[in-house]
Amino acid sequence: MSNEAREHTGTEYEELQRTEEFGELRRRFRRFVFPMTALFLAWYFLYVLLAAYAPDFMSQKVWGEINVGLLFGLGQFVSTFVITVLYVRWADREFDPRAQALHDRLEGGRP
Amino acid sequence: MNAFVVPAATNVGSPALNITIFGIFVAVTLVIVIRASRRNVSAADYYAGGRAFSGRQNGIAIAGDYLSAASFLGIAGAIALTGYDGFLYSIGFLVAWLVALLLVAELLRNTGRFTMADVLSFRLRQRPVRTAAAISTLVVSFFYLLAQMAGAGGLVSLLLGLDGDTAQNIVIALVGVIMITYVLIGGMKGTTYVQIVKASLLIAGSIVMTVWVLAKFGFSLSNVMGAAVDNSPKAGEKLLGPGLKYGTSNLTKIDFISLSLALVLGTAGLPHVLMRFYTVPSSKEARKSVEWAIWLIGLFYLLSLVMGYGAAALVGPGKILSAPGKANSAAPLLAFELGGEILLGLISAIAFATILAVVAGLTITASASFAHDIYAQVIKRGQVNADAEVRVARMTALVIGAVAILGGIFAKNQNIAFLVALAFAVAASANLPTILYSLFWKRFNTRGALWSLYGGLISVITLIVFSPVVSGKAPLVEGGPSPSMITDPSVDFSWFPLDNPGIISIPLSFFLGWLGTVTSSEKANEVKFAEMEVRSLTGHGAEKAVAH
Repeated sequence: MSNEAREHTGTEYEELQRTEEFGELRRRFRRFVFPMTALFLAWYFLYVLLAAYAPDFMSQKVWGEINVGLLFGLGQFVSTFVITVLYVRWADREFDPRAQALHDRLEGGRP
Repeated sequence: MNAFVVPAATNVGSPALNITIFGIFVAVTLVIVIRASRRNVSAADYYAGGRAFSGRQNGIAIAGDYLSAASFLGIAGAIALTGYDGFLYSIGFLVAWLVALLLVAELLRNTGRFTMADVLSFRLRQRPVRTAAAISTLVVSFFYLLAQMAGAGGLVSLLLGLDGDTAQNIVIALVGVIMITYVLIGGMKGTTYVQIVKASLLIAGSIVMTVWVLAKFGFSLSNVMGAAVDNSPKAGEKLLGPGLKYGTSNLTKIDFISLSLALVLGTAGLPHVLMRFYTVPSSKEARKSVEWAIWLIGLFYLLSLVMGYGAAALVGPGKILSAPGKANSAAPLLAFELGGEILLGLISAIAFATILAVVAGLTITASASFAHDIYAQVIKRGQVNADAEVRVARMTALVIGAVAILGGIFAKNQNIAFLVALAFAVAASANLPTILYSLFWKRFNTRGALWSLYGGLISVITLIVFSPVVSGKAPLVEGGPSPSMITDPSVDFSWFPLDNPGIISIPLSFFLGWLGTVTSSEKANEVKFAEMEVRSLTGHGAEKAVAH
């Protein structure tokens, strides 16, 4: 099914995996997605725990019928949208060019 | 069965109009499906729509797949009746998409072909891992499917004014037959178009209702919430803060945390969601799909907040609870209150379309998993041509359709929220740990995958069977039926106190994946790992779109 110009052997992948540039790509990827995941999960569970164990705080009115809990909840929407935008921008600018360069190197033959 | 003793006066709207609008939807989508199917020839066409959808199209289709009846009717109803606690559901369902966006979607698109098992078995021993992943896929899809079919049956009484057992069974069978037709004729391409049409209608309908509700209250959410409180004598002010449903005891709080965990980790392990990432030509488009899905799903949940409080304010909990569909009828009743018969007809048709489209998506996932993983790779050991494989997939779709119809008839009076929660708990416990380990942990091996997959699956099902969901809940009224699945209050074999097993089963499955790996002498396959890692990050060798 492969549409690649030629067959690639496992060793070529291993060689590329050992290169400095690939290590850099992996490092950058993990340095972005792992802390971001930790961040949004921590923020989400803070919210869940507050809802479960601090209902009085969450029920405090801010203005009209709008209370702290609703603002926290809407904050989860905002943070989700913001992280999505940040990630897509980061991936388009930082990640894709590097990944494409390595992809082309495999296509072009020896690293 | 108490749903059927309510007076007929609670049947609102005109069944004939509802049926007509729904009929138009079915006719239009069938034409689209038939047109889309002209080029359905290869396995990549049938399973992955030729990988030719754009990120935006796929994002809308993902929203269509994800915003099931549980989302549309369930969340609006939960907010109308339990206020803030209903809102918590939608937040878990939304935030979960970040796991898919950051950790799973692109890497999965780059390394797999058609199914979740493609990725899990990439560098491990093929047959045992594929079998386990396919079993888990089938179990998740089956419970999800059952929930949708049961929901279809429950809705009929309200929307079509049919409240006989036979009439409901006929409607369930009809939904099943239409869905099988979509899948057999249209494959993934046709199913995707159905999802796109449905998601667009659902979001458009929700925007209309939300603006309408806000207009009645001077475009102030605060006023809507105030009116909801005034109209809910039992809940009162508590409607707006957390705790109405989950705050009653320490146990319910832990149950709520357990549910939150399953919601946020379940999405990225749902096989029918994962399979959608294969319908686009590249990982960049997969990223764009999730981006679109997050915007649309987030928008929809914001709308459902207004619709939910709007239903409490304009319809009121008393009327919602006495309607045949109970909480599920909040959104349709609100539509009737706002726009009379015509809006109710439209919203009802959208609700049916929702069930139909989600059921079709689940069926194609389950049939692909059986044909591609079990039949082609495990039974035939890869020695099978694509035509034969697709033929098996089509036959499997027929069988699954039949099972779904029978299951839906059997389960129509069951608690559908529990079936969906079960599907999410299995996805979060069995699938997600294995997916993450195999993408990110080099040492991970076959025993780790099997322990994690089977351990997650077995622990979830065991804990649910022995939980109050199945037996032993105290009756709501003295001498009445138990709200458990087994309604006879004298039957009680529950020993696990929580409704949601995630808080135990998810960490357990992660632990088993680690334990199995470190106790096995199997060495990681260096060559395959290098290939998987390089391919997942660079997109080299990823399956391309089919050129027609």
